[in-house]
Formats: sequence, structure tokens, C-alpha cells
Amino acid sequence: MSGDGTSERSGRRSEERAQPPAEQARSGAQPTSMSGEEPATVNGDANTTGGNGSGTAKLRSARSIVWARRRAALAGFWRLYRVQGAGMAGLGILVAITLITLLAPLYSDESELRASNAPGGRMESPSTEFWFGTDQVGRSILTMVIWGARVSLQVGLVAALLAVTLGTLIGMAAAHFGGWISWLLMRLTDWFIVLPNLVLAIALVIALGPSKVTIIVAIALTSWASTARVVRAQTMAIEGRPYLERAQALGAGHWHQMTRHVLPNLMPLVLASATLQVSSAILAEASLSFLGLGGPEMSWGTILERAFSAGAISVGAWWYMLPPGLAILLVVLAFTLCGRAMEVVLNPRLRGN
Amino acid sequence: MSGDATNERSGRQSEERAQPPAEQARNGARPENMNDGTAAPMLSARDLAVQFTAPGGRVARAVDGVNLDLRPGEILALAGESGCGKTTLARTLLGLERPTAGTVSYGGSALRYSTKALKRYRRAVQLVLQDPTGALNPRHTVYDAVAEGLRIHRVHDNERDRVADALSRAGLRPPEKFFLTYPHELSGGQRQRVVIAGALVLEPQIIIADEPVASLDASVRGEILALIMRLRDELGLAAIVVTHDLGLAWNIADRIAVMYLGRIVEEGPVDRVLTEPRHPYTRALVSVLPNSPVPEPVVLSGEPPDATEVPGGCRFHPRCQVLASGLAEQAGVADACRRTDLPVLSAETRRPPDTAGDPGQSAAGDTGSRVACHYAHATTASPA
Amino acid sequence: MTPVLEIDDLRITYRGSRGEIPAVRGISLRLEPGDTLGLAGESGCGKSTVAGAVLRLLPVGTDVTGRIVLDGEDVLAMSFGRLRAVRWAGASIVFQGAMHSLNPVQRIARQIAEPIVLHEGLSADAAEKRAVELMSQVGLPAWRARSYPHQLSGGQRQRVMIAMALACSPKLIIADEATTALDVMIQAQVLTLIKKLVAERNIALIMISHDLSVLADTCARLAVMYAGKLVEQGPSNEVFADARHPYARALSAAFPTVGDPAERRNPHGLAGDPPDPSALPTGCSFHPRCPVAMNECATATVELRRAREDWQAACLRVEEVA
Repeated sequence: MSGDGTSERSGRRSEERAQPPAEQARSGAQPTSMSGEEPATVNGDANTTGGNGSGTAKLRSARSIVWARRRAALAGFWRLYRVQGAGMAGLGILVAITLITLLAPLYSDESELRASNAPGGRMESPSTEFWFGTDQVGRSILTMVIWGARVSLQVGLVAALLAVTLGTLIGMAAAHFGGWISWLLMRLTDWFIVLPNLVLAIALVIALGPSKVTIIVAIALTSWASTARVVRAQTMAIEGRPYLERAQALGAGHWHQMTRHVLPNLMPLVLASATLQVSSAILAEASLSFLGLGGPEMSWGTILERAFSAGAISVGAWWYMLPPGLAILLVVLAFTLCGRAMEVVLNPRLRGN
Repeated sequence: MSGDATNERSGRQSEERAQPPAEQARNGARPENMNDGTAAPMLSARDLAVQFTAPGGRVARAVDGVNLDLRPGEILALAGESGCGKTTLARTLLGLERPTAGTVSYGGSALRYSTKALKRYRRAVQLVLQDPTGALNPRHTVYDAVAEGLRIHRVHDNERDRVADALSRAGLRPPEKFFLTYPHELSGGQRQRVVIAGALVLEPQIIIADEPVASLDASVRGEILALIMRLRDELGLAAIVVTHDLGLAWNIADRIAVMYLGRIVEEGPVDRVLTEPRHPYTRALVSVLPNSPVPEPVVLSGEPPDATEVPGGCRFHPRCQVLASGLAEQAGVADACRRTDLPVLSAETRRPPDTAGDPGQSAAGDTGSRVACHYAHATTASPA
Repeated sequence: MTPVLEIDDLRITYRGSRGEIPAVRGISLRLEPGDTLGLAGESGCGKSTVAGAVLRLLPVGTDVTGRIVLDGEDVLAMSFGRLRAVRWAGASIVFQGAMHSLNPVQRIARQIAEPIVLHEGLSADAAEKRAVELMSQVGLPAWRARSYPHQLSGGQRQRVMIAMALACSPKLIIADEATTALDVMIQAQVLTLIKKLVAERNIALIMISHDLSVLADTCARLAVMYAGKLVEQGPSNEVFADARHPYARALSAAFPTVGDPAERRNPHGLAGDPPDPSALPTGCSFHPRCPVAMNECATATVELRRAREDWQAACLRVEEVA
């Protein structure tokens, strides 16, 4: 490799830092066997691809690169999500419910939920004043459902988050460490899978005393196991990929492998699973509350329980049972639609073709 | 990791940077000096064995006694069919697999398997995998993939420049253009360059490449091989290239070790081993190549046995064409072939004259190749 | 003699989500009984698409024009029923990756026998007897007949695929990277077998690979594809040793001859990457990577030109190169 070639080339790429060895490397790449009359211009790998409009921006720091990457990923996700009708419908419902719930203090008076402050008569059927009628002490069912949403959603979200976090950690640990740790964790998981969830949750709530926190804990403790199983399987699949071997050979420890490679690749699965988990947590909360194990705060499940104990069925007060029931149905449906849509976006195999 | 450790490391690192790598390269890269045994080996394996327990409790002897030296600036090809243990050997040399017996030593001291020692070792010895598509996390940009090693080893200064430098050394230029690219936007050859850049960024001493071009397109293959050779010439990198492709060894390697069922059966300079193979197995492998330097093609029947069922005697004897043709009988070694296991080849490339007749060393004459074969020993030792 | 296969100006366009992708852009081939043709090229050059088109195995909606005549019958005009018959008895394909093509829960003799039962109307027992004969022809012991695919090694499974391909005595066998994944020695075994069978039965063979040295060793003629077109066609040994098209030259140099001092410590590659089929360069599609390109190459339409008797190359410099 001659010095001439080197200087000639580095002249051509003056914007680069001078890198004699690297430049030399370039000239070596020419197929020397096929010597034409003139030195062939190697436009090589560098020019043929890599364009794609992405790399040309002048990027100063690693941080800006990271952020650009995340923005791009998010935009890509949204592009694929947006085209799914059911997913968008679910998202629309969720946004609407969230707004109604969060803005409740602006248009509705919480004090009307107290029996002493009830605005209407007993068991009034729907009217223009009380769209969904009133309960046995004269409170507006609509107001109750709106304020009950806060508790139901809160319990559902927090319990799902806890369950998924727990399941993910246990699943990852079981897959990564193997040996007796894995054996122990998986037996525990199996045990929780076969136990009837509701019965266990009831037992837990009774043992710990009914409150919002106990319900959250009970739901989380009884629903992490399925996540753990899925996460373990997926972690094992990811750990079999060569890039983990490469990371290991680069000197990466458990923490690096888990946080840099395994977890980001699990996130799609975990997110979708969390969304679906919210649905079942809301249902579980409703069941527990309906069985009379809810806290003092009003949730949809509590409303149903009160309707039942107030004999709403025997007096034909359908407006007492239907609104909270429909609210549960709607929210569960919305979360399920979103979860399924996310699964489709994040798992190309479900996308068809 | 404490702050102290980090400082210490980056201090050490700048020392390393300070050494002119070119100097090293000059010494190592001269093929003429390669086999004179003057340079101390950088990486060596002594009596290395790796066993796995196969399902059913049988023991697979994946690596079954290997001595191997890698000298500075040398490219060593590790050849053999799939299942011969070459990949396991490479993984053991990288510290990814723990040997059941024997030692791997780097720079003269035995490799320790503590987390810290391994991490330090992995800065110096880098892996390049066969399939660049699988070796890159699809969610990481090229920048992240290359910077990963730096982040693992907490080298935070000049990260961007180091990444750019590694990418351009690996032939991806201008590097900035590739920073934000994802692996799926690159061609196979480019991906392999990214993997190589990811190895280079830590300024290693040794690269171990497992079939680096097997999954690449034919026209790109030569480019990647040329890159590995250039890195040796410019940076003085030593390399072990694991391959089933003898053409690859002929293209870039200085020395070749041919493995069969967990052992090296022949080892020596590529020019010798591939033009005048002495072990019947090597001979057969070379003979089936197109336009082979060995005249008669020998197509061995059957397939290598499982590593759980290593035959007694010479491990190659059930398939050996020399034994089957009766040549071994004539040389009077047929019995030894069937009954006597051969000693493990030692790693001494240059023998003092007094051991020249030692059959374990094999009377190699001036070829410098060593072979584990009763017949070869018998026929070379006898005059004519 | 009627040719076994005649392909005339074959053009194949895939319709994908990213628009139309021309995979094959005008290819003509002709094979007589006993002819062996090596079809070489890199991934994405269209070589497997040609193979698929011969038996109409391409995805629905793929646009195929031109003419494919298999043993006197126009494949593109065939009814589906006729096509099914032709798929085994007229021509058969051996694919890479035999593991995925075999049914994992069926004994291998049954799988080999299946096309015989379907196409020749033999009873299951008679067909299995034939299957065992075929197995011995491809070097598989008879007791293997009762094995399941997972009990066989890669080389043995590839032999099963070859036995299946032979089952209905086809006139043409297409081996698509059939030996690529195999070890050198097993590959040598399978290639020896293919060569022997082709010679014995006067079968025409198209072997598809990226490894020119293997093709040159097995086939009488070589055809090299680049970006959906033939860039060179001629007698194997001559093309391998002294190709006229710079791309074919690069491809043959990519696999060195062990023992050749000129190639020792001297790997040859070709800079750049194969072109994106949906955005091909103008003129000669190889010109951006070509080491001997001239200005003209960027604009001129380059068709196959005669280099010598029975030897063509699609290069403007076909006379001077080499």
C-alpha cells in the first residue's frame, strides 16, 4: 500500500480527520486483480446504503443520538398503531373516560356522594335531572359512577403495574439464572397459576383487612404468575440470540445484559400484557367489591354491591345496576382493544402478510 | 463499580493507547518471522478439555486435549467440520466456556474466571460472530452497537470519536453517516463491519472470529477477509479464525490447526499443511476442494461420530482411508491405529534438535507442521 | 432432440408493499437431457426466483411474462392439475435446509413414497419398496427407512430430499443451494452422488449456488446472474478460470483455489453491495461496482454479447477484458 495512494485519498475526504491507517485500509479494499487503466473509485459500502435520510444530520453528542432514536421509534409505533381501527376506538374510549374522570371535580360535587347530602329522592328512575336515576338514599347514580371510576381505574392500573413488574422480574430472573433459582421460581409460578385467583384474593383481603391498598396488593399477588411465564419464555428466546453472546464477550455483566438487551426487547410484550392485565384487575376489583370486600371508597364494584344489597333487582331498578356494569364493560373492552392492537404492532408475526 | 476503579482503568487505557501499535505490527506481521518461535505467545491453551453432559447423562468431549499458541500479529485458522469442537475451543479461549481441564493463558498468566478478571480479559480479546444479523441487537443503532463495549468498560471520554474511529477502521466511511442507522438498513457486509468495529473500539490485542464470512455474499467475503488482514498489518492484531472453509485459511491465515473430534490432528504453516497435508483427514479435506493440490479426491464415507462416542485408538481410524487401504498395515502401524491413542500435540512450534525424533512431536523435518498420526510418524521417521 | 427446459425472455416482478420489484429481467436458458447448468449469483440476484418460476412456486400475484417450456409443455399456461403432476414427474426441486421441508412426524420412507403413490398410482407398500431402493441409491442404509427426520444428520436429510426429488424419475432436477449448509466432506459426498445420478439417468440439472467453484466442479456450463439478468454464460471451466464479465470474474475470485500462490494471503472482494432491485442503476446495473467501468457503461443498454463460440457475456468490454 503506497504512501501516494494515501495522500491522494485523504485529500478527497478533507472533511474527515486525517487517518492514514484507515485510509490505507480503504485502498486495500480494491480488487487488485482486476486492474483497469485508472484506479477504480471505490464508492463502496459507504455510499450505497446508509443514506436513508437519517444519518446526515450533524449530531453532536451521544445523548442527542439516543433521543433521536427514541423519537423515531415512537413515531414508527404510532404510525402502525394509528391504522388499526379497534385499537384507535379503544384508545378513544380510554381518553374520554380519563378526561371525564380527571375533570370530575370541575363539573360534579363530591359532597353529593354523602348520604346526608343526597340531592334526589329514593330510587328515582332516570330523568333529565338524574340521567341514571338515584339510589336508595337519593344519590345520583351518574355521579356515583363518575366518582367510582377514580377508584376502579386507580386500583386497576396500580395492581396491573405491580403484577406485571413482579411477573417480569421473576420471569427474567428465572430465565437468566437457571439452575435451582429457576426451578424454585417456576414452581412458585406454577403454584400461583393453579390456585384459584379469586379465592386467594378473597382470603388475602380478609386476612389483611379490606381497604384500597389491600385490594391492590391482593390482585397484584394473584395475577403476576401468567406474566412471569410469558416473560421467562421470551427472555430465554432473547438470551439465545447471538447479540447477547456478543455482549457477553464484550464483558457485559448481568445488569448490562438485562437492562440493555433483554428488557428493551421484552418491553413490547410487557406493555401489551400490562394493558390486558388492567382489564382483569378492574374485573377482579369489581368482583372483590361486589363480594363486600371493597374499602369505604366507592368503586364500580361497590356500587353494584350496594345495588344488590338494596334489592335493586327485586324493585326493578335497572338504572342502579346497568350504568356501573356498562362502565366496567366499556373500560375492560377499551383496555383489551388497546392491548391487542399493541400486540399486533409490536409483534410483526400477528400483523399478517 | 467504584469511581477509583474507573479512573484506574481509563488510566491504563491511555497507556495502552500510547504504545505505537504499528511497531507491534511490524514485528508480528512478517510471515517469515512467524514460525521461528521467538515471539512469546499472547494467548495459549495447555491440555485444554471441555466436556458437556449430554441429555441421558452421556459426556460429550467437545474439546479433548488441545495445546495451541497464538503469537502477536499472527492469523491462525482453526479448521474442521461442524461438531469437531472448533467453536467450543474458540469460546473457551474467549472465557465464555470454562475448561473442564487445562488452562488458557493470556500474556503468560493463566486466565482467572472471577468476574473482574474476565471483564479485564474481554477488553483485550474480542469476538466476531458468524451471523452479523443476529449479532446486532435490532433495536440498537450502529452507534449504540459500536459504543456498547465502551459503555460496558466505562470508557466515557471521547466516546463519539472512538466510535467514529472504529467505524472508519472497519471501512464504514464517513462514520457519521452510519451512526443513526439500524442494522436492518445495512447490507450483510456492512453489518459484519459494524460487528468488527464494535470489537475494534476497545482496542483489543486479539480477535477471535467464528466463521466471519460464512453468512455473507460471495463478493463481500473477500472484502471482510481483506479487512481482517489489514487490521493485523495496521494494528498488529492477532486473530483466530474459526472456519470450515480451507479456502479462507489459504486466503488470510499464517498457520492452521485442523481439528477432528475435539483434538488438533494437524497443525502448521498454511502453505505446508494445505499443499502437503500429512494427516489422512486433512488430506481428505483438501482433496475434495475444487482444483485441489492433492491429486486423488478422497471422499470419506459417513460422518464424524458424536463427541459422546470418541472411538478408541486413533480417533480417526474408523474412517481413515490410509488404514482402509492397507497402507497402515504395510507400515506396520495398523494395530497402533486401532488401539493406541495418540499423544496430544504439543504447542511448541520450534523444537530443539534433540526432540526431533519424539513421535509426539512428530518428525516433521523442516516442514514445521505437526501431525497426530501413527502412519505419518512411521513413514517420516523411517528414511525414504 | 426436444430440450428439457427452454426459458425465453423470462421476466418476473414481485408486487410488494413497497411497490413493484423486478426480480428477473429477461432471461433465456436452454437445457437438453443430460445438460448440467450452474446458476450463480449473490442473494437477491433472482436465481432462486427463476427456479421457483419453472414450477410456478412463486407467491400469488407475482407477475411472470415470457415463456417457460418444460419438456414440450408451456408451464405458464398449464392447468393446476397438470402442474401438480409435472412438479414431481417432470421436474423437482431440492431446496436448502432439508429439515424444514420434511414432515417431522412421518417416517422418511413414507415421505419418499408419497409422491410415488400420488403420481404413479402404486400401492403404499410397493411405493415404500421403491422408496427403500431410492434410499440405497442415495447412499442411505435400508434400516433408515423407519427413522424420523430428526434422527438423521444434515447430510442424510439432504440425501432424503434428493431421493424424494428422484422418486418420480423427473427429467429435470433443480438443486437450489442444496449443499450450501453442509460440511465440506458431506458436500463432497452429496455432489458426487448428484453427478453420478445425473450421468446415469440422463437427467438435466440446474444447480443454484453462490459458490462458483462448486458449480464449476459439478456442472458443464455456468450462468452468472446479476440484478435479475444473465451477465455471463459459457463452459464451466473456462468461465471459472477466465470470466469475461468483471462481476463473474470477481465471483470466481471470491473462492480461492487452495494451493494457488497468487491467491495466498490475497483475498479478493468486490467493493459495494448488490443493488436494490427496486432502484437499479442506469445502464449496466453493475457499473457502480465495476472496476473497469467506462463513462458509457452508465447509460448504455448492455445485452449478452458473443465472446466466443458458446460463450456470452453482457459487458461492453467483452473483447478486451482478460
